[in-house]
Amino acid sequence: MITAAAYEAALDMLCPMHLIVRPCGRIRHVGPTVQKLCHRGTWVGRNFFDQFVIRRPNMACSIAQIRPLAGRKLHLALRDRPELILKGVLVPLPDRSGGQDAETAEDDCVINLSFGISILNGVRAYRLSNADFAPTDLAVEMLYLIEAKSAAMAASRALNQKLEVAKIAAEEQAFTDTLTGLKNRRAMDHVLARLIAGKKGFAVMQIDLDYFKVVNDSMGHAAGDHVLQAAARVMIDTTREIDTIARVGGDEFTVLLPGITDGAHLTEVGNRIIARLERPIDFDGAACRISASIGSIWVDKGQDAVAEDVLSDADAALYRSKHAGRAQHTLHI
Amino acid sequence: MHGLINHTIQRFVLDSFGGAVWMQVALRADLCGAMGSSDFEPMLTYDDAITPRVVARLSAVVDRPIPDLLEDLGAWLVSNPARDGVRRLLRFGGVDFEEFLHSLNDLPERATLAIEELRLPAMEVTQLDDWRFALTCRGPVSGFGYVMMGIMRVIADDYGTLALLDCKGFTAGEEIIIVTIIDRDFAQGRSFELGASE
Repeated sequence: MITAAAYEAALDMLCPMHLIVRPCGRIRHVGPTVQKLCHRGTWVGRNFFDQFVIRRPNMACSIAQIRPLAGRKLHLALRDRPELILKGVLVPLPDRSGGQDAETAEDDCVINLSFGISILNGVRAYRLSNADFAPTDLAVEMLYLIEAKSAAMAASRALNQKLEVAKIAAEEQAFTDTLTGLKNRRAMDHVLARLIAGKKGFAVMQIDLDYFKVVNDSMGHAAGDHVLQAAARVMIDTTREIDTIARVGGDEFTVLLPGITDGAHLTEVGNRIIARLERPIDFDGAACRISASIGSIWVDKGQDAVAEDVLSDADAALYRSKHAGRAQHTLHI
Repeated sequence: MHGLINHTIQRFVLDSFGGAVWMQVALRADLCGAMGSSDFEPMLTYDDAITPRVVARLSAVVDRPIPDLLEDLGAWLVSNPARDGVRRLLRFGGVDFEEFLHSLNDLPERATLAIEELRLPAMEVTQLDDWRFALTCRGPVSGFGYVMMGIMRVIADDYGTLALLDCKGFTAGEEIIIVTIIDRDFAQGRSFELGASE
């Protein structure tokens, strides 16, 4: 036969967060860790349901109500700290008198508790230490993991932020227009500056798509994007490898042509581009029709030029094309 | 080698010797050439060869032997208040210094649990008698034993234990440290709460 004290000592070691409760609800014994949850004095002698609220099964308030749930998971909380959800399990204590009767309604029961997922809040709230958990309890390993994981996550977050900043910086420094694969304005500025400094003669062609807005508005952005990509293809096909084509605005393009020795050639290139752009562009079975207005300027070799002036002269020629009824090329003279 | 280890070395150098020394070390170890930057990212992985090169260049720049530097690095890692996380994670290993020593057997596994790619050298702790323990570190990069010496010195103190540490047989691939406990309750030790304050 085993004495009550021996029972309790074994339980204190194996499950320090247990209580032994009499059938009437009076607490007969508490494990050492439960003792720590009690602010003042002890819960021994008090009613279990004055200290704990049973969350599931809903608001049970007597041992008789929870006894049938022996072995199943109980959800409960402390009355003075309702935000901290505890898990529990009830086990009726076998009759200690050594009698033959199996469990009777008069048996005491053991209710063992655990912080479950609230473990971190629990150890913080009650300043628990390793000694408050059974040596076999995984609570300490769980706390270790929580701490190690949050440190690792913090390092990952720092790296992600750094990469994000680097990505933005890289995009700002990029030379490519992501939609068409052409060069962008930044790249065009660099190439133009180089051509001006080289003084070997070059031309600048400003191309503005005509009727693009109509396509975009009537057929949608996807069609608009498709047309821009097709137009880019046309410009690549109708110019030389050494020419630089940049998308500098929504439907505005600039072509830089190095080594041009006479202006007449420009009109020929411009007309070729317009003719090709006027071929209907297929998008999902529908034909998108656009054209282009072009303004060009030719800078002869040895000539001093200023990028800003070159571009604005080409723009002026472009506007003359627009005003003269679009779909044509004008050479700035 | 995991970036966490390389990054730790960099932090240690910055903290102990300053930015100018780190620039020197990075330059001499050709970090820019090897990885495009003179800074280690804690969450990236680097070529194993880089770490010993950095340590060797540091030793040359500050003119101190490598074992000294590595032991200092270990001590710095667990005594620097700004990096209390490492000390805390180690203290989870046990309620007293002896239990902590035994927990080192699981340290590489624990580290991998926290960060999957982090591989620490294998560690084996054997108890020689009532007071003496042997820690054997086995790994591809040598010198880890010295780092552990530094760590254990501080942690023994943390537990309030007086212990004597002795390197024994630091050969390639295997480093053995003998720990002799002189007084288990030499001092009060530092308190350790399971739930770190937020």
